[in-house]
Amino acid sequence: MHDKSLTEKLLSPDVLAPFAVGVLFVVGRDLLVRITGLPPYLLPGPLLVIQTLIDNWSNLFSSLTVTFQITIVAFLAAAGSGLAIAVLFTINKWIERSLFPYAVVLQTTPLVAIAPLIIIWLKENTFGALVLCAWIAAFFPILSNTTLGLNSVDRNLTNLFTLYNASPWQRLIYLRLPSALPYFLGGLRISGGLALIGAVVAEFVAGTGGSKSGIAYQILIASYNLQIPRMFAALLLVTGLGIAIFAILSLISDALLKDWHESAVNPNQ
Amino acid sequence: MPCPAHYLPPVFGDPRVTSSSAYSSSTSYQDVAPTVILDRVSKVYPSGTIALQDVDLSVKQGEFLSLVGPSGCGKSTVLGLIAGLSKPTQGDLQWTMPEFRKDLAFVFQDASLLPWSNVEENVRLPLKLAGQSKKQTQQAVAEAIALVGLTGSEKSFPRQLSGGMKMRVSIARAIVTQPKVLLMDEPFGALDEITRNRLNEDLMNLWRQKRWTVVFVTHNIYEAVYLSTRVAVMGVNPGRIVDDLVIDAPYPRTEGFRQSPEFGQYRRHLATALAEGME
Ligand SMILES: Nc1ncnc2c1ncn2[C@@H]1O[C@H](COP(=O)(O)OP(=O)(O)OP(=O)(O)O)[C@@H](O)[C@H]1O
Ligand SMILES: [Mg+2]
Repeated sequence: MHDKSLTEKLLSPDVLAPFAVGVLFVVGRDLLVRITGLPPYLLPGPLLVIQTLIDNWSNLFSSLTVTFQITIVAFLAAAGSGLAIAVLFTINKWIERSLFPYAVVLQTTPLVAIAPLIIIWLKENTFGALVLCAWIAAFFPILSNTTLGLNSVDRNLTNLFTLYNASPWQRLIYLRLPSALPYFLGGLRISGGLALIGAVVAEFVAGTGGSKSGIAYQILIASYNLQIPRMFAALLLVTGLGIAIFAILSLISDALLKDWHESAVNPNQ
Repeated sequence: MPCPAHYLPPVFGDPRVTSSSAYSSSTSYQDVAPTVILDRVSKVYPSGTIALQDVDLSVKQGEFLSLVGPSGCGKSTVLGLIAGLSKPTQGDLQWTMPEFRKDLAFVFQDASLLPWSNVEENVRLPLKLAGQSKKQTQQAVAEAIALVGLTGSEKSFPRQLSGGMKMRVSIARAIVTQPKVLLMDEPFGALDEITRNRLNEDLMNLWRQKRWTVVFVTHNIYEAVYLSTRVAVMGVNPGRIVDDLVIDAPYPRTEGFRQSPEFGQYRRHLATALAEGME
């Protein structure tokens, strides 16, 4: 690996540009509050938000853990089922023809519209209901990406396997699955964020009557009580979690593809 | 009907007139048993393209047969038919070897390596698909890699290799199964001249050493004359064979052969046939 020094990294445009935008944003908020005389609690500054976050840390963080559990279970289920069903699709075109339209229906129906149904049906098991909602949000990108990847095998390589009398099983293991890996990993990166969104949306729909501990519940309660800094603090946590999920999945993806796929090749290398 | 394989008349002052024994039997495969016979083979793709029409061709055991012809004349189609990757629409294609698949290897134009596997694993692939264990294949893989001169690069991934090295890996993968017949589809088409010449030398030496039957597709007449015992020229619209010429020169062929008047004569003859095939 080619390691740049830390200062060099911190001074690169990739870091400086978004940092500048952030500073502008904070200064802009400050000016807006001063000029319009808006009460600061409606549009809290960063210091207040961070102060609130620290004051309510244990409460908010344990809520975040609950949301994270829902997210991770749904995400893993989506990854496993998406991959398995994509493989089934390539084994038999009829399975794909008969099931794929339903996968599309599942994807295009707004989650907020079906979440209440799911929560009613599974009212004995709120955790399961929330996981199911998050799974619906996360499942489709993995399925469609992986299916595309399994079908994007180089023609000459297919011919090569035919020449050597490869069995369908060998074709799958040594050719189609590796060919699909970059697509699958791309699907994972999209679905990681979607699983989190799905979990939060489902928690909102479940509302204060259902699960009492997710991060969306905290946001809801804070909004009822007009605790706007607390809302922002919770929001900050969810956003941080989303970014962390994306970053971790990107790291995994790059590590798995680093030897061979263009997307993971460092141009400075 | 395509003409049967023919010889060029000797040039005036040709050394063959005085020392014909050195040349006479060196590259003549006319009497050798054929390995594959194409009998009035036509191929029409579902799109309606007539890729081949009434192609008669027999590949003799041990010969180095080149197919030259303009783009789209059906060279790759011929190789695909011989390899059994597709079936003729009309006519008959016959192998004289039973179970020819076992003795067959294919080298694709663009190397076609598995990008996620290193050199060693790429070369091992045919043996792995035949169900052999890593331990069983260790020696054969190392030998094939050594034959193409890539010892030391076993752990490199394809994207770390130059075009010439990728081609060598592809050749190693083809020969690791100890094939008897090697089908090569423009293997060196994308390489610079120096690399191409070097790989030509290596291929010619391996061919002589291993006594393979080679069917070699190329755009390059120089390469075809230099390497082959016989060159079939294909024409386009529809794809057909317009000339079939024996290159009657002894091996080992060297730079001297390239400079010789015969070489120029073969080359001119083929260029004329190619030009006629374009009409
Ligand atoms: N799978 C296919 N489906 C339909 N048409 C095809 C297919 N493969 C080849 N053809 C057509 O058949 C003809 C012969 O193709 P082929 O690839 O055999 O030519 P070629 O001599 O190998 O050309 P090149 O030198 O460019 O590789 C072309 O007109 C091509 O468009
Ligand atoms: Mg071709």
